[in-house]
Amino acid sequence: NLIGATAVEDKLQDQAAETIEALHAAGLKVWVLTGDKMETAKSTCYACRLFQTNTELLELTTKTIEECERKEDRLHELLIEYCKKLRHEFPKGSRNLKKAWTEHQEYGLIIDGSTLSLILNSSQDSSSNNYKSVFLQICMKCTAVLCCRMAPLQKAQIVRMVKNLKGSPITLSIGDGANDVSMILESHVGIGIKGKEGRQAARNSDYSVPKFKHLKKLLLAHGHLYYVRIAHLVQYFFYKNLCFILPQFLYQFFCGFSQQPLYDAAYLTMYNICFTSLPILAYSLLEQHINIDALTSDPRLYMKISGNAMLQLGPFLYWTFLAAFEGTVFFFGTYFIFQTSSLEENAKVYGNWTFGTIVFTVLVFTVTLKLALDTRFWTWINHFVIWGSLAFYVFFSFFWGGIVWPFLKQQRMYFVFAQMLSSVSTWLAIILLIFISLFPEILLIVLKNVRRRSA
Amino acid sequence: MTWSATARGAHQPDNTAFTQQRLPAWQPLLSAGIALPLFFCAGLAFIGLGLGLYYSSNGIKELEYDYTGNPGTGNCSVCAQAGQGRAPPPSCSCAWCFALPELFQGPVYLYYELSNFYQNNRRYGVSRDDAQLSGLPSALHHPVNECAPYQLSAAGLPIAPCGAIANSLFNDSFSLWHQRQPGGPYVEVPLDRTGIAWWTDYHVKFRNPPLVNGSLALAFQGTAPPPNWPRPVYDLSSDPNNTGFINQDFVVWMRTAALPTFRKLYARIRQGNYSAGLPRGAYCVNIIYNYPVRAFGGHKRLIFSSISWMGGKNPFLGIAYLVVGSLCILTGFVMLVVYIRYQDQNDEDEDEQ
Repeated sequence: NLIGATAVEDKLQDQAAETIEALHAAGLKVWVLTGDKMETAKSTCYACRLFQTNTELLELTTKTIEECERKEDRLHELLIEYCKKLRHEFPKGSRNLKKAWTEHQEYGLIIDGSTLSLILNSSQDSSSNNYKSVFLQICMKCTAVLCCRMAPLQKAQIVRMVKNLKGSPITLSIGDGANDVSMILESHVGIGIKGKEGRQAARNSDYSVPKFKHLKKLLLAHGHLYYVRIAHLVQYFFYKNLCFILPQFLYQFFCGFSQQPLYDAAYLTMYNICFTSLPILAYSLLEQHINIDALTSDPRLYMKISGNAMLQLGPFLYWTFLAAFEGTVFFFGTYFIFQTSSLEENAKVYGNWTFGTIVFTVLVFTVTLKLALDTRFWTWINHFVIWGSLAFYVFFSFFWGGIVWPFLKQQRMYFVFAQMLSSVSTWLAIILLIFISLFPEILLIVLKNVRRRSA
Repeated sequence: MTWSATARGAHQPDNTAFTQQRLPAWQPLLSAGIALPLFFCAGLAFIGLGLGLYYSSNGIKELEYDYTGNPGTGNCSVCAQAGQGRAPPPSCSCAWCFALPELFQGPVYLYYELSNFYQNNRRYGVSRDDAQLSGLPSALHHPVNECAPYQLSAAGLPIAPCGAIANSLFNDSFSLWHQRQPGGPYVEVPLDRTGIAWWTDYHVKFRNPPLVNGSLALAFQGTAPPPNWPRPVYDLSSDPNNTGFINQDFVVWMRTAALPTFRKLYARIRQGNYSAGLPRGAYCVNIIYNYPVRAFGGHKRLIFSSISWMGGKNPFLGIAYLVVGSLCILTGFVMLVVYIRYQDQNDEDEDEQ
């Protein structure tokens, strides 16, 4: 006689379903690795909308395999059948992994621990390798994969397997229990949820969050922003240094290859640290090219940076050619201006340090204004460092050339900057060269925005 | 989830606008309504500037003469031949005569140009002692090592001014003679040899050492002139304000040029009748040819030039501004066409919907 029944309800975390939908929309593949049994895990997945109602489930579990005598044969059959089905749906060579999954018939894969060990640790005959690659092919084409009855080490095994897939995808694991630790350590990014199951996962993670739903903002907003900032920082550093050195290099052709520097030693020393470092620092801390609310509410924006998009060959070549173009403009612009008797109204003649200072002035202003053009989120800090750096450059130049410094062996910069600025032609030349250098960038910005209606 | 301003958890991060990325910011969105007018304005401004610069440059006159003396190029070739292979070359003079059909609008300046002369060579450029040139007596007798091999003379005396730059001082001189009427006498045109160096160079950076018993020659006692110089530094000129280290030719030469073909200011023509320019008539320039350039394939030129608010004759700036201005306007038009096309397309799509 039944006396009673007890049930335990383990609630899904707050907004888990929304988070998983957002991650799907962002183009991420979500796999669930759990130690629970299949029925529990399956219903959890339905509850958090990992599997939709129209998702066709492909099962590789003990239930489907143990029906027959020879497990390996049945496994083999199933693998081939699933693979064929998926290949029919997603023809090979279609790189539509980036598009939202909702365009095709969705497939979900369910596999459990023992079947996984069958696949991975099969006997030494040649067909075992085949199993693994077929299995991986199936995995790559499913929107969601549920691995149940996973031992902690098997979770790590799966992550390692995914890391070694074709294209070396970046993996992120998130978990809250001690049995998730090996998976968190194995993946590229490990996130621990500080929760009811103790602190083991959080202690071993790269980042820890209090709840699962925070993953959404962490990835879509902060992850996106950090990537854009760092990628831009890297490209900008190479760019500004190429702009800096190319005129010096070109000058060697005109000084008999005698290693004469184009710029004064003080400028050489201070360029990277004092004149051009603070603006990019502020940019890489504060920039929100799309603001956080928009990023969080529209997950598809995340796909813009997938595949390390901002550091691929294309963008890098663009930055390099831009820098080469600008360096050439700086040097040859000044060279052609010097093809005259004098640039001043009093007919006096400039020397090589004035030449270098003109090039350097155009350089500092151009690279800083290029950053100003790239900045789309102007806080007071950005204003302060960008205009402040330019002001500091002007102030320093006057200061450095204003006094006969006793500790200098040569007084080569004495009054050069002030004399340079006393000539109208030089001012006009500097403005023109800055404009020519920035013209391609301005053109691109206007082209991108020309379709936008007047605000 | 409850927030309490006073009871912060131990690991709770700062909740300021800076740390939580909530700083107020201006997020500019460049729209066509702003960009297109800006492009057109900039284009027009640049074209205006370009026209001004171009016409200004066109109005500047230049008169040039190559007096290197390569065979078959005038009578300076005699001097060039005489000087070949002899160091120092013997003093020789030649002349360049020309006629001005009309007034050469002034004020007129006389430049000399050298080509294939690398004043911007690194080892050459560090071969100087700025402390010595600023008149410090201690540096006068102890020139720095960078001046070597022009640091000590053959007799062991310190060289003043030391260094390769000083040693290679340009020592040709020119005088200008004007024949007002054909067949009449030649009158010398006064060449102002002052005011050719930077004000700060002449007044601050270069100073003579303190006079000894009122004499500059005594101040330089115990030093020797550079090997290539015919006279010591205190004898560069008879004008006491233009001799020694502050001789303006010397100061102009010590400002090393940027490129291997360069011009340096020699004299201003601005006195008496000639302050408005060189009137028409026949002129002769008497050149004292000392400086040997043929050994390294260089050329020497004389240039008379007028100067305007933008400096000497340089069409580059005007043409560059014109080109960039036209590019701006062209781009503006292209954008306008694209924008209108896109607007029409948008309107069509909206109508269809």
